[in-house]
Formats: sequence, structure tokens, C-alpha cells
Amino acid sequence: MAENKQSAEAIVSDVHKKIRAAFEAFDFESNNTVDAREISTIVYSLGCFPFQKDLHDFISQVEENHSGYVHLDKFLPAMTKVLMEHKFPPIPEDLLLQAFEVLDKEKKGYLEPEELTKYMTQEGEPFTQEEMDEMLTALADHEKNHIYYKDLISQLTIDPDM
Amino acid sequence: MFNVKLKPHRSGSGGKLKCPTSKLFQIFYSCRTEVNKLETKYHQIWERDLTQINKYFLKIHHKAYILAAVLIQRWYRQYVARTEMRRRYTWHIFQSIEYSGEQAQIKLYNFLGYLMDNFTPSSNERNLISHIFRENEVCQDAEWERYFCYKNIEVPEIYSGPHLTFPLTVEQTVGLVEAFRNKKQLHSRYVLQLLLETWKRLRMLPNINRISTCQSKEITICGDLHGQLEDLLLIFYKNGMPSLEKPYVFNGDFVDRGRDSIEILLILFSFLLVYPSDVYLNRGNHEDHIVNLRYGFTKEVLTKYKMHGKRILKLLQKIFSWLPLATVIDQKVLVLHGGISDTTDLSVLARVDRHNVRKTTRAADSQTPPKRRHMSSAGVSIDSDMDEDVCSTNKLFQRRASLTYPKPLGTRDSFQNRSLQDFSDRLKANTEDELEIRRRRQSIFNSGINRLENNMSPSVSSDSVNSDNAKEEWRQILDLLWSDPMTQDGCMPNEVRGGGCYWGPDVTEDFLNRHNLQLIIRSHECKQDGYEFCHNRKVLTLFSASNYYDVGSNRGAYVKLGPDLVPYMIQYQASSMTRELTVRQSVGRTERSALKVLREQLFAHRSDLICAFKKFDSNNTGLVSLTDWASAVESVMRLGLPWRMLRYQLVTCKTSDGMIDYYDWTNQNTCKEVLQRPTCSLLETLYRHRSTLETIFRIVDTDNSGFITIEDFRQTWKLLSVYLKMEITDDAISDLAVTIDSNQDGSIDIDEFMEAFRLTDKKSRLERGRSMFMGTANDLTKLEGDPNI
Repeated sequence: MAENKQSAEAIVSDVHKKIRAAFEAFDFESNNTVDAREISTIVYSLGCFPFQKDLHDFISQVEENHSGYVHLDKFLPAMTKVLMEHKFPPIPEDLLLQAFEVLDKEKKGYLEPEELTKYMTQEGEPFTQEEMDEMLTALADHEKNHIYYKDLISQLTIDPDM
Repeated sequence: MFNVKLKPHRSGSGGKLKCPTSKLFQIFYSCRTEVNKLETKYHQIWERDLTQINKYFLKIHHKAYILAAVLIQRWYRQYVARTEMRRRYTWHIFQSIEYSGEQAQIKLYNFLGYLMDNFTPSSNERNLISHIFRENEVCQDAEWERYFCYKNIEVPEIYSGPHLTFPLTVEQTVGLVEAFRNKKQLHSRYVLQLLLETWKRLRMLPNINRISTCQSKEITICGDLHGQLEDLLLIFYKNGMPSLEKPYVFNGDFVDRGRDSIEILLILFSFLLVYPSDVYLNRGNHEDHIVNLRYGFTKEVLTKYKMHGKRILKLLQKIFSWLPLATVIDQKVLVLHGGISDTTDLSVLARVDRHNVRKTTRAADSQTPPKRRHMSSAGVSIDSDMDEDVCSTNKLFQRRASLTYPKPLGTRDSFQNRSLQDFSDRLKANTEDELEIRRRRQSIFNSGINRLENNMSPSVSSDSVNSDNAKEEWRQILDLLWSDPMTQDGCMPNEVRGGGCYWGPDVTEDFLNRHNLQLIIRSHECKQDGYEFCHNRKVLTLFSASNYYDVGSNRGAYVKLGPDLVPYMIQYQASSMTRELTVRQSVGRTERSALKVLREQLFAHRSDLICAFKKFDSNNTGLVSLTDWASAVESVMRLGLPWRMLRYQLVTCKTSDGMIDYYDWTNQNTCKEVLQRPTCSLLETLYRHRSTLETIFRIVDTDNSGFITIEDFRQTWKLLSVYLKMEITDDAISDLAVTIDSNQDGSIDIDEFMEAFRLTDKKSRLERGRSMFMGTANDLTKLEGDPNI
């Protein structure tokens, strides 16, 4: 029993270190504070895949009185809870593949930019025009301008840490 | 109605599907396949039912689309955020290493200064020391004509570059730009002539230029160019060249790091000569010949001008010291290279003799309160035992116009004769302190001075008033050229750079009010978008060297200021390779370069790293956890980098349970020299300090032959090893020297020596191309079509 407790503590301490490392990358003045707008990047980079709505809720939870800043004191416990409870788990590759296949009605094996744009900007938690342009530049094949999703998924999926 | 049996998919990760949306999606997805199956099985379907079914499944399908879209959006946003994180720490890597290079430079000056002022060399050492400093002789004005006479330099028939006649015309200047664009080189005769004219012109200029938009003109301001001719040409292309209608201000750091520094200077000086009221140059911290020794400009000139390079450099030394310090536009906007401090006073700066500011004074400043920056004096040796040579070089050294040389410690009264062996104890105390300088809040000067002052009696000098003035002047200029803004209020020494300070928004506010100004435009720091506002938009940082760290790392920018004095920024990025990529995508390439540079640093600290790892590995398993690995690496490297995040790129050998085999890992980053001689830790130290070593070599190599004698090598290394408080036997040094002098002719080829320290794995753009951080002896030819990229 004592051993279990020890390893649980070790896990939590490890999680804390991870969170701190990500937080510090945006703590430019070394005063344990980051701009609230960077929180989404930090949360994502810790391996989480939240919905936008979840993200907004989380940020309002940890933000310091609408100041636009987030302090590590609030962030650390909140983020630890998120990580320990696996609140925003990653999307498995095969699921992602299926998602693309659903959009690829004609089962061509790729998507046209217009197809993808329609879904990304009109459904779900829509992209802004800027996000959409960026996505197309990033994902579209240079010659034919097709989005070959099968290859992309394996290239772009994260290597989980925990 | 149909009862559709659903078989939920098992997810590939083997765990439970925790996200309800994913589960729902699974259900809908499998619905689709079920429907297809059913359709095939029951090809006879009543139409009425079919419509109902279709409607039902259409709804499901639509839901599936939404869910699919949501999943993809989430996934993609995460990818973008991770890329952003990578970009951040890549930037962080480059900056940390860049600044730690600057620190090493400052340490070198400290060392040289201490040598100069505090010891008497024994007979063999004497030669080296005077050798080192004879290079810095400043010619008396009377000798100038003779020394810099270009008239007897002949231009051969086969010379295909531009010919210049003076006074310079606009056509010739435009022709010069064109010639440089076509990779021509200007003949040394014309270079010297041009530089002489420039020097004459600069002498007439005040310390602070005052210009006006004249109710209608727009002034263009450019930041750091750092020898990147492509960027200057791009600015001229987009904005037009300087002219009566198009005034320009160039805000310093024209040279070093890039490969066309001299061409940039020649262009800027030519425009200065033909449009004296419309082209303004501010001095940057790189317009300094000691900095140039390390960061590539000296080498560039000596390579391009083998015969007359030394003279050209001497003339440039003078010219740099005569460059104005700042420019004020319409009495409202201040343009200068670095920044300000809480004591910056433009009226003081307007009065100094900028070309002749002395760094050394006669009294120690032992009363300065701890919070403020210490700039104590160096003692002037008046010991009669000292050799004529060294004594005279002492004085000349003091008059040298390098502004990056912070004064070392000591007073006239407490001067003692010491030989090399004796002062190693003192240096030990020094270097221990200096290793603590990473923390922003500590002052390198403070701790060092406090320690040493305890050993000395404070002196009172009769000319302390003069010396205070001189000190103050020098400090003011240093602040102008080296300071960086910070977000907190206050003002503290800039120990990351080693000169100037960090200044806060309150200091800006106060300064602007006192001088009745509204905006400060400065450069000195690389910014990803080419510019950045801070301090409530009262300070604008402007950086004009795009792709500074590597292709795609950042954009450059220039500013246009009209009579309304509202700055208007134009950004650009040189190089066709980056046009198709977004900034995010070029992260990958920049990241690779940064990591290569980082690996070099890691290699240089192998032994220390192994020691640090061992502390976490009490059972001697050869393994450490990720957390411990990160702590150990940071404790040695002290770069403040997010090591955990970098782990994926830096550690390719992992055990199955997440432990890291550290012996294996440190062996990954090796250079070929060490592979041949695995036990030689001397080499590792040499590697770590190769940049400093190279700088010293080049100082010692006074005739710029590219060779130094074995004896000089031995002496240099000995001096450096004392400074680094290393134990090196004479035998070890001799052995090394002999090995390096492969043809046994008693001299060492500096380039060859530095070449030995290249890492064995694939050369990065940084290594083969510009010597940015390490100042290694790489040639400065830019590579086109690097297969690595």
C-alpha cells in the first residue's frame, strides 16, 4: 500500500513538472504568470484535445479576475486535474481516419480544398478564414492541391507522453 | 421499424473510449456500414419505409458530418498549438545561445583587461601579451596620410568591378549597388578612398543627428542588417533607394554574422556622401572592432582583401568610433540602436567626445550602492619595472575606442607585481562568480567587485572628478548601444549581454517626459515579425535582417515615418524558399538548425553532463528518468530551455520504460576528433571555448597570415587555461600543439585547427554557412540548395 502511494505521488510530481515546463515556455518575465491567450497553446501542447468550449471554460476558471493573465498557482492544480482525469483525451488515429472518410463522400482517398473548407468553416466549432487558409497551406499537396488525409494523419499525430 | 444492431468499434489505442463525442461518432459511423449491409440483404424495401429510413439515416449522416468536422477541427487546432510551442522554444534556443556567446565575449574582455592592468609578464609571457595588444595601436593623426594612402595602390587592367572617382556621384553609387548585386567586389584602392572620405564627413557630424520630416517627407528607418545584403537590396527594391525625396536612417549593426558586411558598409557610406542631408547612420554595438573579431566581420574583410585588409580594418575602427550615437526626428522621435537607462541624458551625450571616450580612469569606485551598476576603474600601471613596450601598449590600449570593454578591477594603489602563476588564485575567485551570471537579478559586476574589493583598500584620487565624468560618459554610451527593454518597471544591469541595462516602462515614461519626446525606435533584438512594440507602444523595436537565425526564422521590417510621426511598418522576408511556406511551416527547418546548434553545446559539456547524471543515478544503472535528465541537463547548460519538450528531438535512444541511457546519449553527439581520441577531455574543453580561442588566435596573428607559431599557441592556451582554472600540464599542451602542427613546420593553421571541431554528422546550414554563434572558422559562402533542407 505504501508503495502504491509513493508511486502515485511520484506520478503527480512528474505531472507537475511537465505542466511547469510548458507554462514556463510562455512565462517571459519569469514571474509565474502568462498571458491568458497562451493558455490554449499550453493545454494543447500537454497532449490534450479539448473542444473550444471546454477551453473557454477552463480559461475562465484559471484566469485572474478578468485581468487577461493566468498565474501558475491557479493553473497548476486545475491542469493537474485535467491531466490526471484524462479530461481531453487524444483522438485515436483510426477514428480520425474515419472522420475524414465520412467527409470524403465519394471515397476518393483525398479531399478537395472546397470540400474541407465547407465543413471546417460551417460545421462544428468553425474555423476562421485565417485558420482555414493556414490549414489548406499546411495540408494540401502542392501539385494537385488535394488533401491526402491518410498520410497526413500519421505525420501529424502526437507522440503521447503519459 | 428496423432494429439496427450496432457493433461498436474498438478503438486502436486499446483503452476505453472516454470522450462521449467520439463514442457517438463511432455509433454513427458504424450505422452507415450497417445500413449498407442491410440494403444489400433486403433489396426489397417498401417505398414508404425507405423514405422514412432514408430520412432517419440522412439525419444520422448529417450528424456524422458534424461530428467528423468537430473531431478534425480539434485535432488540427492541437497540431497548430504544438507547432507554436516548437516555434517558441526554437526561438528560445537561438536566443539563449546567441546571448551566451555574447557573454563569453565579455568574459574574454574581462580576462584581457585583467591581464593588461594587473600583472607583469615573465619574460616569455611578455612577448605574447605585448603581441596581443600591439595589434591595437591607434595611429597618431600625423601618420594617417602615410598609412592610409591609397594613391600608390594600382588597379589592374583585369579588374572588372566598379571604378570610383571622387567626389562621388549618385550614378556611381547606384552603379555600386548594382555591382554588388552582381557579386562584384570593390577594389581596395577605391575602398580606402571611400572610407577616407567617409571619415572626413563623419567627423563633422554631431553625436546626435537632428532631422525633420520637413512637413512632407517620409523618413525610412531600418534596423539591424548584419551583413545581409539581400535584405538591404530588398528594402531598396520595395522602398526605393535613398534620395533627396527619400531620406533614410540606418540604426546600427550593419556588420557581423552575414557575409556581405563590407558591401553594406560601402553602400551606406556612399549614400551618406552623395546625400549628406538625407542619409543618417547610428552606431550599433557591432560597430566595434573587438566584437568584429569574434563575429565574423574582421574575417570577412581579411578574406576579401588579402593585401590591404588590415589597413581597411584600421580605418574602419576610426570610422566606427566617429559614427553618431542617435538621431532625433522632428524633436519628437528618438532613434538609437540599443536603448536607454534611467540615467540617460541627451544633453550629456550631445557633449561627449564620442570618438575618444575613455574607459579607464584612475580611481576605484568602492562607494557605489549595491543596486546600481558598478563600473569601477582599472589601475594604470606605473610600475617602473615594467617594460617600455608593455607600458606604452597599456596607454594605447586605453585609448582604443572599443566600447564593449568593461573595466576590470583594481586600483593604482594596490597594484602588485604578479606573474602568471600568482594571479591564478585571484582569477579562480573571479571565474566562480562569473559562472553565476545567468540569473537576471544578479549583477555580474556587483558580485565580482564586492569580492575583490574586500581584498583591496579603496583609493582616493585627486582627479576623481574627471574620472567620474569619463566614467559617466562611457556608461551613457554603453547604455545607448547595449540596453534592452523589459516589461517590469525599474532599471537593472544587462548581464545577459554584459553591457548596458534592462529598462522598464516607467523609465521610458520618465525619459520621454524629460526630453519632450513621444517615441523611441530602437533595434538590437531580433523579432519574429521584424518589429515589436512595447512599453505602451512608446518603444518600437525594429529588426531588418530577415531569416536571421535560419531560413524562415523571422521576417525583417522597416518603418516609414511621415509628418504625423505615426510609424508605418513594412515587413518582408528575403529568399524565395520561404515564400510558399507559412511561418508555422518553416518552423521545422529552423527547429532542425536550432537543435543542431544545441547539440554542439551539449557535446561541449559532455563530461559535466555525465557528472550531473551520475548524481541522479546512485545505483549506477546508467539510466535516469526523464525528469531527472531534464534537471541534470539544465543544471549544466543553464540555458533555461524547456528540456522536457525538447526531449523528443534530442533523445533518440529510449528504453521501454521511459528511462534514458545517459552514456549512450552523450555519445550521440560527438565530433570526429573525439572519436579518434575518446579520452581526451582537453579537446572537449578546447571545443567549448573554440570561439574564444579563435578570437585570441586572430588577435595574436597580427599579420593576418592565418598562422600562429607553436610557441604562441602554447602561451595562448596556457593563459586561457589559467583563466578557466583548468589543470593543464605543459606536456599535454605541447603534445596537442605538436599533433596539430601536422607538417611540423612550427606553425599552426588556425582554420585547420578550428576545422577539426566540426561535428561529424550532417552539416547544418549554420555550420557550413554563416558563423553566427560560434564564430568558427567556416567560410562565409552562402549555400544555395542545401540538400539538408
